[in-house]
Amino acid sequence: MNKKSFGSRLVAAPYYVWAAIFVVVPLIITAYFAFTGKDGSFTLSNMYGISKYGKSFAISILYAVIATAVTLLVSYPMAYFMTKLKISSQRMILLIVMLPMWMNFLIRTYSWITILANTGLINTFLKAIGLGPVQLINTPGAVILGMVYDFIPYMILPIYSVMTKIDHSVLEAAEDLGANGFHRMTKVIFPLSLPGVISGITMVFVPSVSTFYISQKLGGNKNLLIGDAIEFLFNNGPDYYNIASALSLILMVMILLCLTVMNRFDNGEPEGIIV
Amino acid sequence: MKTVSRIYTVLMLIFLYAPVAVMVFFSLNSGGSVWVFSGFSLKWYEGLMEDTTMLTALTHTIIIAVLSAVISTVIGTAASVGILSLRKKFTKKVITSVTNIPLMNADIVTGVSLMLLFIFIGRLFSLDESLGFVTVLIAHITFNLPYVILSVMPKLVQTDHNLLDAAMDLGCTKTASFFKVILPSVSTGIFTGFIMAFTLSLDDFVISYFTCGHYQTLPIVIYNMTKKTVSPDVYALSTVIFVIIFVLLILYNVVQNKQDKRRTAI
Repeated sequence: MNKKSFGSRLVAAPYYVWAAIFVVVPLIITAYFAFTGKDGSFTLSNMYGISKYGKSFAISILYAVIATAVTLLVSYPMAYFMTKLKISSQRMILLIVMLPMWMNFLIRTYSWITILANTGLINTFLKAIGLGPVQLINTPGAVILGMVYDFIPYMILPIYSVMTKIDHSVLEAAEDLGANGFHRMTKVIFPLSLPGVISGITMVFVPSVSTFYISQKLGGNKNLLIGDAIEFLFNNGPDYYNIASALSLILMVMILLCLTVMNRFDNGEPEGIIV
Repeated sequence: MKTVSRIYTVLMLIFLYAPVAVMVFFSLNSGGSVWVFSGFSLKWYEGLMEDTTMLTALTHTIIIAVLSAVISTVIGTAASVGILSLRKKFTKKVITSVTNIPLMNADIVTGVSLMLLFIFIGRLFSLDESLGFVTVLIAHITFNLPYVILSVMPKLVQTDHNLLDAAMDLGCTKTASFFKVILPSVSTGIFTGFIMAFTLSLDDFVISYFTCGHYQTLPIVIYNMTKKTVSPDVYALSTVIFVIIFVLLILYNVVQNKQDKRRTAI
């Protein structure tokens, strides 16, 4: 590597310029808007104004935590069962699991309305057997279901790819040393799959906590999530840019803090996220 | 255990494919509802061919996806080479962290912050329209770049540097040896990065939503349609896209399987 010259470092120059202008500067501008008033003078009033959205933050975090937990619980066995298949079947089922992701995210969410609506498929069925109708759409449950559905492959994929790399001899060793199936799971497989679990959690939590489409379509705008608030305020015109920027800034800080905390648990992987 | 895992997998697949089935089924509806099925018809598919808003948006989406994927692949590959040849640990760490920002951050924050930048610039030069084609393209390149770097960098690390020395010993210039030795050995990483960038760009809604102005891409058109009551035409369009991608993926897998077989044969 010592022969690497000035030239090979220079090729990255366009990227450095790009990242500076379009990654760093936008965040500075967001912070600038968050700490200034409409006239451009420094103020903390936007930060005080955020307290109005305390409930939105609380609900967003609550929904996202529940959705992430459910996704993890459902995905973990799936990923485990996938590793038990023949290699050729594994590739096939991986393709099958990923395929719905290629449907547009908006349509994926929207289709659930057809299933969950009061005149939808489930309620038509329930009515036919004399049990319905049940209010499914426009409930917190529907929003959480939407989050789980939209982001589940992001959980299955990292867990699966870490699990397939677990050395079989480690499991055999555990068996030889007297570990039963349950102990092999809790003491060997689960700890070794933790890096996959961690990246799965972050990949589901971040889009869930910041979503605005899912809650609009499946939650009926009853509980404003933080993403809804940001989208709504920005659409209301330049007068609301300052408060909306403050909300975005807080959301970003919150997410980065969560990721840093998550990374503490994941001490084995040096190529992990550096925040 | 085997039956348990089978039942679980099947239930999971039903969950994953229920909305897909709904979409395909109701796209064939002869009525205008996505709830009540009144009979089979292909009229929504025929209608697609005449829907100019949708066709324009489709063209926009493809233009943006191709351009942003090509540009981010070029800039990103060059960046990977440059970042790896950095000597100072601290500089490297700072640059890696900045690279990770769009990857880690919520889409909505990335979209909003870029929008504020574009509006800021627009005000500075008092433009009438600060958002449009250029801004969506810039936004897409920005969120594609980390994915390209992430797929090229590990391949570059794996490349044997003796190969480069050998090429130069055999009389290659530095630039020629880079193009003839290093680049081919990381071509799979570059290809993966390109494909990822292309598909992410095709599918992006949130970041485009805040940066596109009047330059509507397909997800934006779909969003506007789902704001009102939806007719089966959106489902028909999504089914078409879904089928195209399905066929492409199958082809890709067949080709890959063949390559694997050839490799094991050798």
